[in-house]
Amino acid sequence: MTSPIVPPPKKDPQKRTRTQTLPSGARSRAALGLTAAAAEGRFMLQVCAECGAVQYPPRDACSACLSTDLPWKDIPPAGRLIAETTVRTSTSTYFRERTPWRVGTVRLDAGPSVICHVHGDVARGGAVHIINRLDKSGQGVLFALPAERTQNMEDDPQLRELTANPKFRRVLITDARSENALALAQAFSKAEASIIFLGEAEGWRPYPHRAALAAIPGVELVPLDVTDTRSVAELAGEIGGKTDILVNNARFMRPGGIMDRGDTIFARDEMEVNYLGLMRLAQAFGPAMRGRGADGQNSAAAWVNILSVYAYANLPALGAFSAASAAAWSLSQCLRAEMRPGGVRVMNVYTGPTDDDWHQPLPPPKVAPSVLAKAVVAGLKDGLEDVFVGDVARDLIDRWRAGPKILEREMSETDGGGA
Amino acid sequence: MAGRRHRRQSYDGVVLAAPATVPYQRFSKETAHWWIARALRQSLQAAGMTLRDVDGFSVASFSLFPDTAVGLTQHLGLTPRWLDHIPMGGASGVAALRRAARAVQAGDADVVACVSGDTNHVDSFRRMLSSFSRFAQDASYPYGAGGPNACFALLTDHYMTSYGARREDFGRICIAQRDNALKNPHAVMKTPLSLDQYMEARMISDPIALFDCVMPVSGAEAFLVMREQDARAAGLPHAHIRSTIERHNAFPDDPIQMRGGWAMDVDELYAMADARPDDIDLLQTYDDYPVISMMQMEDLGFCKKGEGPAFVRQHDLTIGGDFPHNTSGGQLSAGQAGAAGGFIGLVEAIRQVIRTAGPTQVPDARTALVSGFGVINFDRGVCSDAAIISGAA
Repeated sequence: MTSPIVPPPKKDPQKRTRTQTLPSGARSRAALGLTAAAAEGRFMLQVCAECGAVQYPPRDACSACLSTDLPWKDIPPAGRLIAETTVRTSTSTYFRERTPWRVGTVRLDAGPSVICHVHGDVARGGAVHIINRLDKSGQGVLFALPAERTQNMEDDPQLRELTANPKFRRVLITDARSENALALAQAFSKAEASIIFLGEAEGWRPYPHRAALAAIPGVELVPLDVTDTRSVAELAGEIGGKTDILVNNARFMRPGGIMDRGDTIFARDEMEVNYLGLMRLAQAFGPAMRGRGADGQNSAAAWVNILSVYAYANLPALGAFSAASAAAWSLSQCLRAEMRPGGVRVMNVYTGPTDDDWHQPLPPPKVAPSVLAKAVVAGLKDGLEDVFVGDVARDLIDRWRAGPKILEREMSETDGGGA
Repeated sequence: MAGRRHRRQSYDGVVLAAPATVPYQRFSKETAHWWIARALRQSLQAAGMTLRDVDGFSVASFSLFPDTAVGLTQHLGLTPRWLDHIPMGGASGVAALRRAARAVQAGDADVVACVSGDTNHVDSFRRMLSSFSRFAQDASYPYGAGGPNACFALLTDHYMTSYGARREDFGRICIAQRDNALKNPHAVMKTPLSLDQYMEARMISDPIALFDCVMPVSGAEAFLVMREQDARAAGLPHAHIRSTIERHNAFPDDPIQMRGGWAMDVDELYAMADARPDDIDLLQTYDDYPVISMMQMEDLGFCKKGEGPAFVRQHDLTIGGDFPHNTSGGQLSAGQAGAAGGFIGLVEAIRQVIRTAGPTQVPDARTALVSGFGVINFDRGVCSDAAIISGAA
């Protein structure tokens, strides 16, 4: 059984904030396949397309038949711990600060043996469930969980290094006014976030769920307009040093592409909120978060962008919004690279049409705010980088991976619901 | 391997001479080039030769970068007609011997200088570990960065669970080697080691504790391979090569390493030498951790698989004992000088069988078995080899 973590003490401002050190992030190109799978929390290994042999470590040619066709496939995650050690002395600064560190050899039911991190509740010689997650350097690593769930298992200190669990962390959610805000605040409250800041633009203007929001334990409404640089900077000055998870939830969306709009006014608003809003937030909150990646139990852990899946492929019916989403998506990759030295995860949650006013004419299926909120919290608990929520988003990414050009043509045939 | 059709050619007419060890240092500001030059010079001096007498050159080193054996020819002023660079770490000594012996036998070279050496700067061990091999970089170093300590801890843990070995059994190997090292003036470890001290040492990577680990040092080793008639003409004491084996990536389907490549080829090793384990006067195993020495005792036929713990309990492994093992103190007590760790046992074995080992000399040593083990590419040592050598009858 894992000892549950306790709420961290109030920070002593005279003490030095620990610098984030990182585990080794050097990998061969083949090994990055594990990282790509870990971004979505999938346990995948190379499987020879010709002879079916499962390969590990990642390589360039099959060690059974020399085929170079080694696609990555989902692998049954079962195995057994056949040897273990507790590392007490390490040449790496990152591990030195975190010893003792449990490591083991697991023989996979699928064939190969792997060296992996081992959860404290796995018994000697016990059955394990392997997961593939991103470590603080942003690279995929294998981690052995006990085959059966144990009490407080998510509080294992080695596992917490791979996740961005909201428990006892302080969260900022932008755009209290959006339909998602209430569901997000409820989900974070349920996940035991200690404070949930909700950024609110034009606070004097009423909106339906304000009272419900304010009633959630731990919620604090704070003024924030992501289109106003000064507003963003002021809030960052106030709470930037205690924002552990930031959920960039602001979105401006109007129907239409190019020729059915007579001007660039909405397009400019879409860029102001969806693209420049992300950049303003990142410029104001990013440096402090990146500097607090190793700041104890409630260290800065993750940055969440809620993005339209049409960032991947333009839906002409929402053509200008899709373009602004694509800009935000591209910028998120830049943010990810800039946050990485601090060990802060950037998680993009891609959604199809959400169940709200502006998507009203679009046909189902649509993503309900509560489903989106659950996906955000689950993704943080798993430490993911990419989450596709809802049938539309999952279908689109499958098609995109199979062939972006084919998808582009398909998208132009997609009915925008007359929007 | 059983069933091989062609009998291998013997090494008759080729001998090993002029063993040289440059005393090790914990840290050095010098380079691998410097250490290799020292060992080469010492070996040539012992043989009464100059650089011009050497027409074959074989090098093993981890810290020569960006140079290889090629750069060393110009750096050291050699003009060889046969050149080799051996990247096999702890298996490099026997591998160098095998290649050089065949070159001399075939007439491609007359005198091959086999040299290994590495420098150890402050922090160079950490730098080497993080980029040791591609599989290590991708699949073992990110997991705790325990380096070889952690990899061998896993093998040791598995071995203990499978065969009921206890820490004390590994302690016997370490303590006997420390005893041997006290007789070796150049050993890095100079104080006696008791079983209590061994058992109470701090854990490094469970069940590997402090005295199971080698000390990375700077150092170099060398020997010459030449025709027997030339050695005789020069009046050089020399050792005969009676047999050798070499194997890489043996038993890849074993889920974790429990045996090395020796187990595949051990019958041929003794058959080619026309010898039995009983004929071996001393054994030099590759000993970066005691578990692997124990595996070599098993895989080289001194006892059955799993009987290593009982074997070390029943034998005295010191210089004066009934089973002299790693007589210079081995890497565990003399230090691990990078790739020279693949030479330390062989160079000491040559000294033993030509009776020039001095304070570590095993009385009446005539035949020695030397085994090498190298390169933890991912989860296990990939290279293994062995040789039986004898001095004059």
